Amino acid sequence: MEESHSVSIAIVGSGGAGALTAGNFLLEAASQAGWQGLLTRTVGPQIRGGEAAALVRLATHPVECLPDRFDLLIGIDWLNAHRFGAEIEVGPHSLVISDPRGGDLPPDVAAAGARVVEIPMKEMAKAIPDGRANMIALGIAARLLGLGADVLAALIENRLAEKGPAAVAASRTGISAGFDAAAGLDFGLRLAAPKAKSARRWLVSGNDAAALGAIRGGVRFAAAYPITPATEILEWLAPNLAKMGGTLLQAEDELAAINMIIGASFGGTPALTATSGPGLSLMMEALGLATAAEIPVVVIDVMRGGPSTGIPTKSEQADLNIAVYGFHGDAPHLVLAPQSVGDCLFTTQWATYLAEALQAPAIVLSDQFIGQARAAIDRPADVAFIGQRLKATDIAGAYQRYAHAANGVSPMAIPGTRGGQYTADGLTHTPRGIPTSGVADHGTQLDKRRDKLDRFAYGDHWATIEGTGDLAVITWGSLTGTVREAIERAGRDGMEASLLAPRLLAPPQPERFAAALAGKKRILVVEQSHGAQFHRYLRAHYDLPSAVRVLNRPGPLPIRAGEVHRAIMQWST
Amino acid sequence: MATVDLRPARKPADYKSEVKAIWCPGCGDYHVLMSFTKAFAELGLPPEEIVVVSGIGCSSRIPAYTNCYGFHGVHGRSLALAAGLKVTRPELTVVVASGDGDGYSIGGNHFLHACRRNIDMTYVVMDNHIYGMTKGQPSPTTEPEFDTALSPGGTGLRPFHPLVIALASGANFIARCFSGEPNETASVLVEAIRHPGFSFVEILSPCVTFRPDEKEWKNLVHPAPVAPTSDPGKAARRIMTDDGFNIGILYRGDRTPYQPAVGQTSVELAELEKDFER
Repeated sequence: MEESHSVSIAIVGSGGAGALTAGNFLLEAASQAGWQGLLTRTVGPQIRGGEAAALVRLATHPVECLPDRFDLLIGIDWLNAHRFGAEIEVGPHSLVISDPRGGDLPPDVAAAGARVVEIPMKEMAKAIPDGRANMIALGIAARLLGLGADVLAALIENRLAEKGPAAVAASRTGISAGFDAAAGLDFGLRLAAPKAKSARRWLVSGNDAAALGAIRGGVRFAAAYPITPATEILEWLAPNLAKMGGTLLQAEDELAAINMIIGASFGGTPALTATSGPGLSLMMEALGLATAAEIPVVVIDVMRGGPSTGIPTKSEQADLNIAVYGFHGDAPHLVLAPQSVGDCLFTTQWATYLAEALQAPAIVLSDQFIGQARAAIDRPADVAFIGQRLKATDIAGAYQRYAHAANGVSPMAIPGTRGGQYTADGLTHTPRGIPTSGVADHGTQLDKRRDKLDRFAYGDHWATIEGTGDLAVITWGSLTGTVREAIERAGRDGMEASLLAPRLLAPPQPERFAAALAGKKRILVVEQSHGAQFHRYLRAHYDLPSAVRVLNRPGPLPIRAGEVHRAIMQWST
Repeated sequence: MATVDLRPARKPADYKSEVKAIWCPGCGDYHVLMSFTKAFAELGLPPEEIVVVSGIGCSSRIPAYTNCYGFHGVHGRSLALAAGLKVTRPELTVVVASGDGDGYSIGGNHFLHACRRNIDMTYVVMDNHIYGMTKGQPSPTTEPEFDTALSPGGTGLRPFHPLVIALASGANFIARCFSGEPNETASVLVEAIRHPGFSFVEILSPCVTFRPDEKEWKNLVHPAPVAPTSDPGKAARRIMTDDGFNIGILYRGDRTPYQPAVGQTSVELAELEKDFER
């Protein structure tokens, strides 16, 4: 049996079959046993009756991307599994567990040449009072991975306690039955023993991590309008903001949500909302207001397939254009992108810090992949970025809210401050804040808003830069982990390549970018967008060497590390 | 023992900014500004503890003309902006100024939800039955036969009834005023600001440029014949059946305003991550 440092499992079922529950238990049990891992979900838009799959990758090292193909695929049923198509790829070395009463194997799976073993999960579940086939599937997966039955039993006890002893017993019996059924199976792979588990292990989604990052950065007000796949951010914030003395308002629409956070921030409270593409489109007008009136706000866009309703439950990186260029007028603002589940915390915290420091709106471009993925990771390191807004306090004479100071950031008077009264205005205004349509005032205020962003020292967090070699792979956001893995594999194959992934997308950093590309002769751009938006963005703001290749594809089929690896290897000089 | 009011006496002029108000000569909004400053003086509030929030349109110019904090935001969204401000800074006095286009058309949805939410603020709509700043297009309160370049021969549409909608949506205080009676309007504003929850004050404010016919309003308005009720059923009947020129406080509700507790931290920040520890 081959020992592997990474094993991947897909559990598939029709919506409601419990595939995601089984996957979550599997990840949590593996995490407790010491492995790291990632669970991504792929589902249809329906609540019940659609298709659902839990994609779990477990490893002895941090996991930040999906595998090329799945080592183990368990079909609780195959009723709607054909809709996944190439999203769940298996190969000749994969093992497929199929229920003989679960319908026909999807054509892609049948054609892959994988070994198929039939286990009657549904029938086994029927023999157990309140038994469910997803727990049988969980037992099978656990046995094949070498997870101890005791770890799972303790977990079930804990997680299902509030459903009562009958539910706990049913699940435990189901898991045991799955364990027994898989006893004689040869999986062909064994997951290597985990490295010593760190003292503080987290099981967290990108959306929850982003929400915590916001609070750590100082956010104490959120406005919420539900939208897939961003809602969990708002649901996590609702009780946790209250614990921190803040609050959340449910808005009547996204237009209200963005204006509510502008109002709260004007009052001195750092504020945030979270949405996805369609909601961001509705917020653009007021983001222009926040820019003009210099009100810090943070908007997280958890990107999904677009345009329009698109594919709400699946990932894409196609809101880059609207985030960077969607504002009317010349409106300098911040755009940042987290690079992993754990980085959702850092990037949102940093975005809050930057928005407050620069009195400007910040858009955080997360996506469905990292937003809704759950990762078993070591606790991210603490960072010192806590929002500090420059406030006007002792005010004598006529307060000049919008005076163009050297660094462009002018002290902001917060309502209640005597002598600081001014009107925040979307109209072009004088330094005092009085509306004007004059040439000089317009120019001065445009300069001020540009200068404050351009003159800020963003530090090394602006990008992830790794590796050596004259081939640079440039990517962004959630694809960073995929590209990192591809570069590591290429390195093992004797091919050097480096990684450049900007975390700060606006304002652009031309000097730093040029320094990062010094000596690079070939550029491979990797992005999940049909229109190659990131490539065009790079062309607009940066000088690239003449040899550029682009690996781009729309969602929802993720770009795999194997594809990036191939593109690197095929470009050997 | 009698309580002594130690607050400094305030004058309406204390609430006027150095910015010269610019509306058309004879515009009703000049009087509304006067009513605002009179009401603030009567309430004796420090100007820095008042925020006047507005959207876009002639009426929405008012914040800059006051010496309070102000926010002149985007078209139609002033109520949402004010909601975010008030729930996070409940000690501030928040007054929202709007017009019939800003408040009832583009901002219509926010109007419903602001009434329903019942946050403690005062919403003043200067209604002149026309879009003035864009030069004379029909608004939701324009009469069906009123002829404009955008609606030749009139819209043919039934006007919107803001007071009934406010009542049905949950506003906690409803009044109608006429800009030509600034003292009476100021008194109503004082009561509206004092009343807990969402107070809605519709001020008939003639547009002398695009609706010269509205000069006639001064002859049509009359005090409401009965005292305000706290019975929404009674209020609905009165508001539905009056002639649109009944002036005064028409409804006073007793719903508890929406105000979440803010400012009290119940856990250490480091506690929050326990959610993720496994």
